[in-house]
Amino acid sequence: MRRKFVRTLGVAFAITGMLAAAGCQDSGGDDPATDATGAAKCTGKIATFGAFTGGDSGLVIPSLNGIKLAFEQFKQKNADCDITLQEFDTQGAPDQATGIANGIVQDESFLAVIGGGFSGESKATMTQFEAAGMVMVSQSATATELTAGTNKAFHRVVGNDGTQGAAAVVYIKNVLKSTKPFVVDDGTTYGQGIIAEVKKGLGAVAGEDRIQKDQQNFDATIGKIKSAGADVVAYGGYTNEAAPLLKQMRAAGVTAKFLGFDGLYDPNFPKGAGAGAEGAIVTCPCLPASEAGGTFAADFEKKFGIAPGSYGAEGFDAANILLEGIKAGKGTRKGLLEWVDAYDKQGVSKYIKFADNGDVDKSKVVIWAYEIKGGAITPQQEVSLS
Amino acid sequence: MNFDELFGHFGQHTVDGLAKGAIYALVALGYTLVYGVLKLINFAHSEVFMVGTFAVVGVWTAMGATDSPPVGTLILLLVAGLAAAMAASGLTAVATERIAYRRLRRMNAPPLIFLITAIGVSLVLSEAYGVWLARFFQGDGLGSQRLVVGMPAVIKQDVLFSVGGTDVTNIQFIIFVSALVMMAGLDQFINRTRYGRGVRAVAQNPDTAALMGVNKDRVIVLIFLLGGLLAGVAALLWAIRYGNTRFNVGFVLGLKAFTAAVLGGIGNLRGALLGGLLLGVVEVYAATLTQSNWEDVAAFVVLVVVLLFRPTGLLGESLGRARA
Repeated sequence: MRRKFVRTLGVAFAITGMLAAAGCQDSGGDDPATDATGAAKCTGKIATFGAFTGGDSGLVIPSLNGIKLAFEQFKQKNADCDITLQEFDTQGAPDQATGIANGIVQDESFLAVIGGGFSGESKATMTQFEAAGMVMVSQSATATELTAGTNKAFHRVVGNDGTQGAAAVVYIKNVLKSTKPFVVDDGTTYGQGIIAEVKKGLGAVAGEDRIQKDQQNFDATIGKIKSAGADVVAYGGYTNEAAPLLKQMRAAGVTAKFLGFDGLYDPNFPKGAGAGAEGAIVTCPCLPASEAGGTFAADFEKKFGIAPGSYGAEGFDAANILLEGIKAGKGTRKGLLEWVDAYDKQGVSKYIKFADNGDVDKSKVVIWAYEIKGGAITPQQEVSLS
Repeated sequence: MNFDELFGHFGQHTVDGLAKGAIYALVALGYTLVYGVLKLINFAHSEVFMVGTFAVVGVWTAMGATDSPPVGTLILLLVAGLAAAMAASGLTAVATERIAYRRLRRMNAPPLIFLITAIGVSLVLSEAYGVWLARFFQGDGLGSQRLVVGMPAVIKQDVLFSVGGTDVTNIQFIIFVSALVMMAGLDQFINRTRYGRGVRAVAQNPDTAALMGVNKDRVIVLIFLLGGLLAGVAALLWAIRYGNTRFNVGFVLGLKAFTAAVLGGIGNLRGALLGGLLLGVVEVYAATLTQSNWEDVAAFVVLVVVLLFRPTGLLGESLGRARA
């Protein structure tokens, strides 16, 4: 009897585990089978990958929602087209992304990729997509080095960290009037990259530290910030580490202003950091939702019940570029790559035309500073680049 | 190498390190107890701790805790948090033993099987919390899986006293004293009581102990329970000090705690305390001297070097051979 009970419990336990495991995998759309109307040209699959779960997912999900909205609106207008979106969750980890990229590359029905959400996973996968002749349009990977090489696949509808870093330096010097800035990064492609830009712009810093992903206690970092007498702490990284860091900083009595970058434009950041996040600044090469063009912001809010947030408009643009390409009869990997390279049109987030290296025109990029007020990320001011 | 910073504030870094190490030590006791008796590395212990931290958030959320509440409420919160964490961690530990390990033991499964089972249980618990449970604490359509869960800062961190420019905060003091008290209590329990004698007997020789009338299964449940309760205490201290948890909160901490146990001599209770404190201090020194991402390198270099000269850890493996 007792053994039976234990076994039953064990089975229940195992089932919970399997359900949990199943939950990790995002179900994708079905293979686009033959369409009755015979409009063979307007079919295909588009993949998107990013941190759809995990501590940093709050940054990526708004753009995923933007992508979904674009697909939905496209379907309403073009009932004869059968283009499906398939999403792959990487939890933001480059090592998970490479496996996923392999799968996408080998499945010929995937025509193009929206993503990656983060710089690290984009860097890890862009050679794979280049070799397969596929185009990547990222809505939010900002690291400067992604477009510094010769990769043909990578494009982004967002400004890069060279621009964002320069704007952040202006903000730190002119608005915060900092004399003792302290910089911290998380060692990722993105975090390390943006902090390098900021250090270059600032010249001298009061001190610096590099933490690691998934670090949870920051005694040594906080000790250094205190010893340096910093008046501003600039952090390059994501919510998963920034929220506990800021919380512990405030608990330890550090009053320095906290400045993060687009990686922290994530509603879960103020939530995780609690009251300590009040007054923290986040810069982002993204427009406030209210400034986006067309009816996008209203449509988004109607569908998802919340404002677009970080990179919602950029995700929407990235999806539309590819959807328009397929609609225009460029429904092959090669066709879409050429289509994106030649793209020249106004999007909802900005005017989109790609340079040879895959960046959007720098003059069309605007950097905004957002302030955390009452636990919400609210637009504060546009940061001029001079 | 930032020697100025390290030696300029040496006392401060030492205190920070000791407080960090005290939490390692409490978790390390769970590994060491189980290893000392069963020669089993219970990897699921890190999740026993994780469950405790979620119990604290759960209870505090349910009680509507806020930052720095009045003293009466604070005591209530601490007591409720402690009770919940100890209950949740203790139950998880005992349930793990009951469901996953006991049957294997009866069937004389080889040690490797226990190890894989332990890793499996650890992953099941951690992923289940990440995917399913976390949504109760934080979720609003922006994704609720595997998020960082923030908790209210119930105790405001203040400097309690200062010795020669080294500040000791109230929270650090609480952590340190709690760890010492729990450690001393456990040490007395194992060395002085009848139950403790049973534990030592089974650790020395399970079969002989059984012949002498010691109920082996009961002893094993007891050590899992004790380890779980201590992990619960550690979970509350973690909540007070760091104020965040997530599904994989136990992973790195568990690894460090296990390292601390090995460093001090696995199976040795006092060794776990020593190893934990040493590890905490080494990490903070290393991070101060270089950068925070080097702390793991330093911690494991120390482990390797110590084991080269003392393969059984600083104080040796001795749960079974402790004084009768």
